[in-house]
Amino acid sequence: MPRRTDIRSILVIGSGPIVIGQAAEFDYSGTQALKALRREGYRVILVNSNPATIMTDPEFADATYIEPLTPEIVEQIIARERPEALLPTLGGQTALNLAMALYEGGVLERYGVELIGASPKAIRIAEDRLAFKEAMERAGLEVPHSILARSVEEAVAFADRVGYPVLIRPSFTLGGTGAGIARSREELIDRVDLALRLSPVGSALIEESLLGWKEFELEVMRDRHDNFVVVCAIENLDPMGVHTGDSITLAPAQTLTDKEYQRMRDWGRAVMSAVGVETGGSNVQFAVNPRDGRMRVIEMNPRVSRSSALASKATGFPIAKIAALLAVGYTLDEIRNEITRRTVAAFEPALDYVVVKIPRWAFEKFPGADPTLGPQMKSVGEVMAIGRTFKEALQKAMRGLEIGAKGFEGFPPDRRPADLRQALACPTPDRLRAVHDALMEGMSVEEVSALTGYDPWFVTQMAELVERERALRRYTLSTVPAALLRHAKREGFSDAQLAAFWGCSETEVRRRREAAGIRPRYAQVDTCAAEFEAYTPYLYSTYEESDEAPPTDRPKVVILGSGPNRIGQGIEFDYSCCQAAFALREMGLESIMVNSNPETVSTDYDTSDRLYFEPLTFEDVLNILERERPLGVIVQFGGQTALNLTMPLHRAGARILGTSPDAIDLAEDRGRFSALLRDLDIPQPEHGTATSIEEALDVAQRIGYPVLVRPSYVLGGRAMAICYDEETLRAYMREAVWVSPERPVLIDRFLEDAYEAEVDAVADGKRVVIGGILQHIEEAGVHSGDSACVLPPYKISRYHLQIIEEYTERIALALEVRGLINIQFAIKDDIVYVLEANPRASRTVPFISKATGVPLARIATRVMLGQTLEEIGFTRSPEVRAFFVKEAVLPFRKLPGADAVLGPEMKSTGEVMGWAERFGHAFAKAEMAAGDALPLSGTVLLSVNDFDKGNVLKIARDFHRMGFRLMATRGTAEALRRVGLPVEGVNKVSEGSPHVVDAIREGRVQLILNTPLGPRAYTDGMRIRQAAVRYGVPLLTTLSAAAAAVQAIRAIRDRGFTVKSLQEYYEEALRR
Amino acid sequence: MRGILALEDGTVFMGWGFGARATVVGEVVFNTAMTGYQEILTDPSYRGQMVVMTASHIGNVGVNEEDVESDRPQVTAFIVRALSPVVSNWRAKESLEAYLARHGVPGLSEVDTRAITRLIRIKGAMKGALSTEEGIDPEALVEMARAWEGLEGRDMVREVTCAAPYEWTEGSGRWQPHGFQPDPEPRRHVVVYDFGVKRSILRRLVDRGCRVTVVPAHTPADEVLRLSPDGVVLSNGPGDPAGLPGIVSTVRQLLETGIPIFGICLGHQLIAQAIGARTYKLPFGHHGSNHPVREGATGRVQITAQNHNYAVDPDTLDPREAVITHINLNDGTVEGLALRDRPVFSVQYHPEAHPGPHDADPLFDQWVKRLGS
Repeated sequence: MPRRTDIRSILVIGSGPIVIGQAAEFDYSGTQALKALRREGYRVILVNSNPATIMTDPEFADATYIEPLTPEIVEQIIARERPEALLPTLGGQTALNLAMALYEGGVLERYGVELIGASPKAIRIAEDRLAFKEAMERAGLEVPHSILARSVEEAVAFADRVGYPVLIRPSFTLGGTGAGIARSREELIDRVDLALRLSPVGSALIEESLLGWKEFELEVMRDRHDNFVVVCAIENLDPMGVHTGDSITLAPAQTLTDKEYQRMRDWGRAVMSAVGVETGGSNVQFAVNPRDGRMRVIEMNPRVSRSSALASKATGFPIAKIAALLAVGYTLDEIRNEITRRTVAAFEPALDYVVVKIPRWAFEKFPGADPTLGPQMKSVGEVMAIGRTFKEALQKAMRGLEIGAKGFEGFPPDRRPADLRQALACPTPDRLRAVHDALMEGMSVEEVSALTGYDPWFVTQMAELVERERALRRYTLSTVPAALLRHAKREGFSDAQLAAFWGCSETEVRRRREAAGIRPRYAQVDTCAAEFEAYTPYLYSTYEESDEAPPTDRPKVVILGSGPNRIGQGIEFDYSCCQAAFALREMGLESIMVNSNPETVSTDYDTSDRLYFEPLTFEDVLNILERERPLGVIVQFGGQTALNLTMPLHRAGARILGTSPDAIDLAEDRGRFSALLRDLDIPQPEHGTATSIEEALDVAQRIGYPVLVRPSYVLGGRAMAICYDEETLRAYMREAVWVSPERPVLIDRFLEDAYEAEVDAVADGKRVVIGGILQHIEEAGVHSGDSACVLPPYKISRYHLQIIEEYTERIALALEVRGLINIQFAIKDDIVYVLEANPRASRTVPFISKATGVPLARIATRVMLGQTLEEIGFTRSPEVRAFFVKEAVLPFRKLPGADAVLGPEMKSTGEVMGWAERFGHAFAKAEMAAGDALPLSGTVLLSVNDFDKGNVLKIARDFHRMGFRLMATRGTAEALRRVGLPVEGVNKVSEGSPHVVDAIREGRVQLILNTPLGPRAYTDGMRIRQAAVRYGVPLLTTLSAAAAAVQAIRAIRDRGFTVKSLQEYYEEALRR
Repeated sequence: MRGILALEDGTVFMGWGFGARATVVGEVVFNTAMTGYQEILTDPSYRGQMVVMTASHIGNVGVNEEDVESDRPQVTAFIVRALSPVVSNWRAKESLEAYLARHGVPGLSEVDTRAITRLIRIKGAMKGALSTEEGIDPEALVEMARAWEGLEGRDMVREVTCAAPYEWTEGSGRWQPHGFQPDPEPRRHVVVYDFGVKRSILRRLVDRGCRVTVVPAHTPADEVLRLSPDGVVLSNGPGDPAGLPGIVSTVRQLLETGIPIFGICLGHQLIAQAIGARTYKLPFGHHGSNHPVREGATGRVQITAQNHNYAVDPDTLDPREAVITHINLNDGTVEGLALRDRPVFSVQYHPEAHPGPHDADPLFDQWVKRLGS
């Protein structure tokens, strides 16, 4: 049966900003689906608030709306575009919830829009835990014992009956928000209270605990003929109790007999029927008791998911694309397998390798947040590795994580926990390190397995690695037998790991290994375990005998990706890497992508001509370069990951395309860069570097407090802080354990109350063209990645803009930039300072590209390959004919205990864009898209520090004039009363009940302005901010953001929102 | 211990031997199933073959008493990438290594199974010699492989069929496909020709209320009819159907009686031969648990378990005699036949699964329903 012809246009909803639990995987899925649907001739309308995505590039849809994902806004889009169908299964939980809201609100019916890919009934059964449980039981499937509680009392009665611990899962929340374990009645009361508040429907599931059971997932697909396939069986290394997004997982499953596996497959099929998923992909999770094989269905997601993205990358089976085709009427047997070209999608991939995924966390950025892993997901990214064996894949994954590990290894000596048993028993990001050390100390496989809940099969594999390590350590580089070296490489040991065992350099190991003829071979991910020939060069390295997909004789370029997502290095970089691949394709060059992140578009096998799914380490990348012999390597787009490889690769003889490694180093090296600025006569904040406490105090003395301190060579402001006095500077230096003569601390004068701006520009060595100037809405001191910003600048004078343009040109020419450069500026007292310059793609490149319609990264790629800007036709800065506001999205709600305050260290996981002709509307849309819709009336709570007590008055008056009631803590209230503003005083928490947190909890506050004071979060302010996060009240932590909010509220009250597609906007801009 | 595999094209793979210490010859095939190595090992259809498992890790779940398709391992040798050093499954009774050693079957691990698979894909199933004994010269092994007579045209069934008829009464027990209600009451009598029958075929018949009598492969038709069965099953089995002219003529006699017949795998090929069609050898056969098969009547696709080296040539089938009911979506080969005027049908794949998906299990119901009760 061919595709449906009664539908011509389809609305696709994206997943919005990157948040914990919903990340780049939906850009991958969505992009794949958009391509597939357009190839079938449908008109595709996309709405997504996330400008950093590839999917929102205007060429991927016929109409692209970067707008807040709310029912009201999407209804406007439906009214304008009149799509005949809505496909909600590609944008995660956000899209499903939004589609349900549109359905329930009658919008879909009103406009005659058909929901395809999932029916409202199926969505409801899958999401509503009670309905799901009933459906499972009707189908004869076993689920954990549970009740749906609407009150704390119901929950307690149930738990008292089945026994503790019990799990709590609020209904209809994202990525397990609010989920938890209660081990006692007291814990249960507290957690259920929160869960009921977080659930939009006010209910939560209370469930028997399956702690210690093994966890499996099936990625399944079904078409309208009831054809059914399992794409991948994923086994979780971490047993039940750890969210699957936080679990180390692997494929294929390793510890099931066929009978057990087929029972699971039968159940997977029965779940699809029982839920009523007629077409598409779903993820079904199972728990299996390792002692007797009993099985429970845990949950199912009737849509593509993080796991389906992983399964697609792990098998070569593009689930999202096929789900989209099934939704428009195809059946699995009608869809060709693009990898083999002769088989069809109605089959189940066979793997002859092992894939390991390890999540990446960011607890180091959130002091106070609990690093214990549980049912609520906390990781911000993940790495995937492919090896012929579990051992090889595990080692590759560990080194691909970029957490300092060179493979499967233990704790660094200074981080070693005193109690290894505790570290094994408690799931945290470091558990694998604890396993290594415990085995090294001689703990038995049985004991490690009992403590961790890891299946003994996996622990045995790890024990064999430890055993091999022991054997290797008995030798040196010169004495190690070639056979042992070969075994080590086959088991995934990296050259760097071996170098550490033997106290030599990585290069020496490499030379020795190559002399012994031990080199990696490359194998294809082909969906079929080599049964059919594969035509897509999707490759991984391994130490086997045969080698596949030999390099072509075409001219080619290697693009280094950005590895696992982390805070400060996310989807924005993947966007640029993909653009580079597209540009190379346009230029007729072969594009070769190297990356280790399974969530991304860049690791889709058809984004580039060749894909190496490999860790981004010197060894792994150099192996590829030696094999492929490309024209050169692009390092500008892969964030710090790729940049850190630049010098080593350059020294090893690789050709770095674009800006020279030396210029990159110059910009990164504080001393060299500030000398350059002096030469160019460009002001910079006074600064110095220090490698000891004494030096630091001297520098600070000289330049004056407050100072901004940070390590060199980091991204995302890791370990960046503002020190207001000697005491805090001393404390910072004491904790800065990474300091060394090669890695000094950078100390800058902190420019208080300055405006910040940043520029992204492209240069070809002769000409510099600015892509856009962004003004930060938050004042200096908030990391640029966390600050809301606006394009074009709304409060910078023409005079200062000209200076910014001029400095940009001077710096880019001096650095001989060929490609992209990002420069950060601060304006204070009429002086424009340069804070830093980074000759590489920045986080803001996709944002500016969307706002201007100019694909900066593609242009930069052409420049790197020798074209001039003139030849490309990009010689003038694009004009921006509306206001585009970027707002950061913060993860505090997912990380209980963390302080919700912005500072010089970046904390946001994602971004949204709001745009409109007026700044106020654009800002309001951005806030709305970020999940904190500004209130139009109600009470504003003001609690500001002493510095801000003067400037808060104007803001308070504005709120008052708009009819808001004012509430304030003592000091702020006094300041307001002095100017005659009516204000309700409220106690700080330390002043006793009823206090400010009570007011927030009772829903008496609709907006909070709390500016933290100085270097440290004071308890009172922190309580307010935590309450704001916990109870979902919009929180502003800077006065400039508050001023922008005032403008925004005024604008919305004046006139509601309108929407427009990017394509229309670009066309209008052209016509003008 | 060292182990060597030598192929007739001269390629030699060196690895570690496990299981029995022995030197053997056989046809080398690969199987892409990711679970169920114990069922594969014990499937009599593999008689005469060395099986290369493409999945990386084999032996993880050991072996147990339930997951056997015959009373012993049937493969000539077993070739894996990584043999598990440990057994981890609640049902396991023994390690794979010990099981193979106990039954005198050699195994080979730490070889590039993907390289072997690609070689077979390109050159077709090959004759090979494998040794886990000391002092074996690779060159001599290559010569052994070349000198071996191979499976073509040979009667391998005589090596695996039972010596005398017997009754089979064991069902699938706790391992029923989801939603299947077994009918323990033996209401119908089915005779199963044992050409190397997998026990799962017998179990699935018992589960459906059949009294099952298993008879040796060379049992004459009239002897079977004397047992007055309600239907006859022609089982799977090893080797080339062209090497079994006697059995083909027995099948022809049975077809003429009008008794309901169900052919599985080799049984399917024998029915085709009996109605005058030819079989031919596939380049490297179908061995795995992921083969998509489309049923012509409904258009629906089943993911099936397969294990065969020969297929029915559709051009030699008389369309007045038989219809092709199923085809393989990977390569378009014939997967199922039904005779037009008789209650006879057959499939090339394995509806009894084990290993493999249960998608085709309802075929047994379709057939059993046709039997008088």
